[in-house]
Amino acid sequence: MDSALIPEGVKRCSLWKFLLALALVSAVLMWGVYAMLLCWVKGLNQTNMNDYYGFALWIWADLAVIALGGGAFFTGLLKYVFGKDELKYIINYAVLIGFICYSSAQLILGIDVGQPLRGWFIFWHANVHSMLTEVAFCLTCYFIVLTIEYIPLSLENRQIKKVPFFANLTHNMHSAMAVFAATGAFLSFFHQGSLGGVSGVLFGRPFSFREHILIWPYTFFLFTWSAAAFGPSFTLFVTWLTEKITRKKLVKDEVIHMVAKISGWMIITYIIAKSADTLYWMFNTAPSQGLQWSFFYQNNPFYGKWILFTEIFICGFLPGLLLIFKATRENPTFRVTALVLGIIGVCLNRWVLVLQTLAAPVLPFDSWVLYIPSWQEVATTILPIAYGVILIMISHRYLPIFPQERELNPIDAPPASVVSRQPAPTAVVEGQSA
Amino acid sequence: MKQTQSQQRPKRYGMAIDLDKCTGCGSCMVACFAENNVSFREDETNKLLSITWLRVYKMTNDKPFPDTDVCYIPRPCQHCAGQHEGHSPCVSVCPATATDYSLYTGIVSQIYTRCFGCRYCMAACPYHARYFNWWDPVWPTGMERTLSPNVSPRMRGVVEKCSFCFHRYQLARDKAYTEGKRPIREAEYQTACTHACPSGAIVFGDLNDSTHQVNRIVRPDPDNHYKARNPRAFRLLERLGTDTKVYYLSDREWVRQAGDNYLADEQPGTIGPPRGGSH
Amino acid sequence: MLPFLFEWVWDMGHYVFHGAVWAVLSIIGMGMTFCIIKSVVDTMQGKTGHDPHH
Repeated sequence: MDSALIPEGVKRCSLWKFLLALALVSAVLMWGVYAMLLCWVKGLNQTNMNDYYGFALWIWADLAVIALGGGAFFTGLLKYVFGKDELKYIINYAVLIGFICYSSAQLILGIDVGQPLRGWFIFWHANVHSMLTEVAFCLTCYFIVLTIEYIPLSLENRQIKKVPFFANLTHNMHSAMAVFAATGAFLSFFHQGSLGGVSGVLFGRPFSFREHILIWPYTFFLFTWSAAAFGPSFTLFVTWLTEKITRKKLVKDEVIHMVAKISGWMIITYIIAKSADTLYWMFNTAPSQGLQWSFFYQNNPFYGKWILFTEIFICGFLPGLLLIFKATRENPTFRVTALVLGIIGVCLNRWVLVLQTLAAPVLPFDSWVLYIPSWQEVATTILPIAYGVILIMISHRYLPIFPQERELNPIDAPPASVVSRQPAPTAVVEGQSA
Repeated sequence: MKQTQSQQRPKRYGMAIDLDKCTGCGSCMVACFAENNVSFREDETNKLLSITWLRVYKMTNDKPFPDTDVCYIPRPCQHCAGQHEGHSPCVSVCPATATDYSLYTGIVSQIYTRCFGCRYCMAACPYHARYFNWWDPVWPTGMERTLSPNVSPRMRGVVEKCSFCFHRYQLARDKAYTEGKRPIREAEYQTACTHACPSGAIVFGDLNDSTHQVNRIVRPDPDNHYKARNPRAFRLLERLGTDTKVYYLSDREWVRQAGDNYLADEQPGTIGPPRGGSH
Repeated sequence: MLPFLFEWVWDMGHYVFHGAVWAVLSIIGMGMTFCIIKSVVDTMQGKTGHDPHH
């Protein structure tokens, strides 16, 4: 029924199957929307946040999705600025994932603030010395850049590109993309870093406070670095997941291996820097404020030393090593394991810097306070995931996201109306992962 | 009015609370509630959701009977100056300039109509002196008439905190201005908690003015981030570099030690300058 | 954000921060304007928009 909209030369499931899947995900989305409306109408008393936890699940989710969306800026930087042309086969998906992550972050922030209608104050009455101001400006500007990067992709739809103006616009935007990508990389450097700075500048919170280079704490640089390291991992993981769901090979293995290798080296260098930072904090920063580092990992039922070990070794060094060695990188099981561990690691890092920072007591006569999110917080955090799945479903069905899909999944070129009714291919293509 | 302020040397309003006099009666908290139109709910059992501009903590020395000792420590906003005047933990992070540091008074203000409720300031404050309005303020029927007309009630979704009863400063300033632009006298600007304390544990005034009692008690050292020269006095979390304006006094060493974090081999008074907030 | 707002201060922080913001917005704005205008001209010249990238 919708075959005229589907890219030429590729197979898609039937419209009914597609709509059924869309309805299922939309049900989850509506659950999130209901929770979101509750928060907006009744206020943030719908959450389990309190005066000790001004930041909680949502801010963690924000930091996490922005780190995971870092694949967009880093892939764009490598392709358009450093000329890694092979990345053109995955850049569309990286941009789409980035677009989803950043729009999700904006949505979550819109729910998180107590007075959403005053959200524009952060721009209008900006305090230029606040890391959050830097985040807001760079994040919004970069979201504009991502939208600009997504527009030509959406204009590639079979019917839309028949309109000459849109076809010309697509062409011209592609020509100018290096400028946008470079601007996006500049913005990303700052907002990823500023997100790290958000906790790093808190000199009243010895757990997250770090020394500075100029005005930026070490966490500024570590956040940018980790986003560039784990963002591509997330792009690869979502690509793998998409391949599993569509039962198709969508990107050639050499491209996957190249991105995995880059991600692996970024992870290993990042985790060395992170380890150095942690050691300096353990033996210098924290003691200078009268606290042993072990203080932050005891006398509470959750935040133990395991969390530090997991973040640095299991979800840092291990995935980094798995991705830099050719044998493990090119083994799909090891590679996907490394990607998953890496994603967990960066999410854990963001969790620790937001939640553990607030959980640990600072006043000597105060005590640890733990927090469990309310269902409204969980639902509104799942909301962007459902939204992302829907956007991916629609984009994958109607747009040529994966330039290599046709080549990797050749069909006998029947009329497009017949193609849409074919079952999804199950044959294993040469080099297919897993 | 601005001209009058700039002609006078800057004030540094601060507080000295004698913990050896404090009985933990909570009068200061009640006075603060009433004075500043602080909202409350029917069920206030969850203290993590209660708005208490001034909160009285209870400390013990963790020793068994008969050596057990108890100390109550009232905690208003500490009105931090930071390592350079105005670099308070909260003011430096507020993205919308909704909280500000007055160089004329040293008071950290909160602009409720400017705050959009991001709560970054709450995350930044190590004293938990900032509170979020999780609910709309609702007073029992008839109680609205008891609200102070000098303090604006806060709406849902914004952060609030102790202002050192800034409206009292404004009234005193206006009075002094109309009476020949004279300086504000010590007794003309006192906070509600100071007035309410039955044991006289709270003393309030200008730390820069040697005629004020608070200055004579604390004897702050302007060349050393206003560290108290009085050996009985200490500030909370001094080594973080927050440079607060609320001083506590006690003869008991364990109480003075409870004001900050120390490593096992450290003692109060032996540590170096703070490293935090120096950027 | 704008110099006429009361919290604006003519200091280095504002120069650097807002300088970068307005530079970025200008680049994005001019880039998009260029693309749109060129596309209109191309369309009027009868070009079909063949894209060598894809």
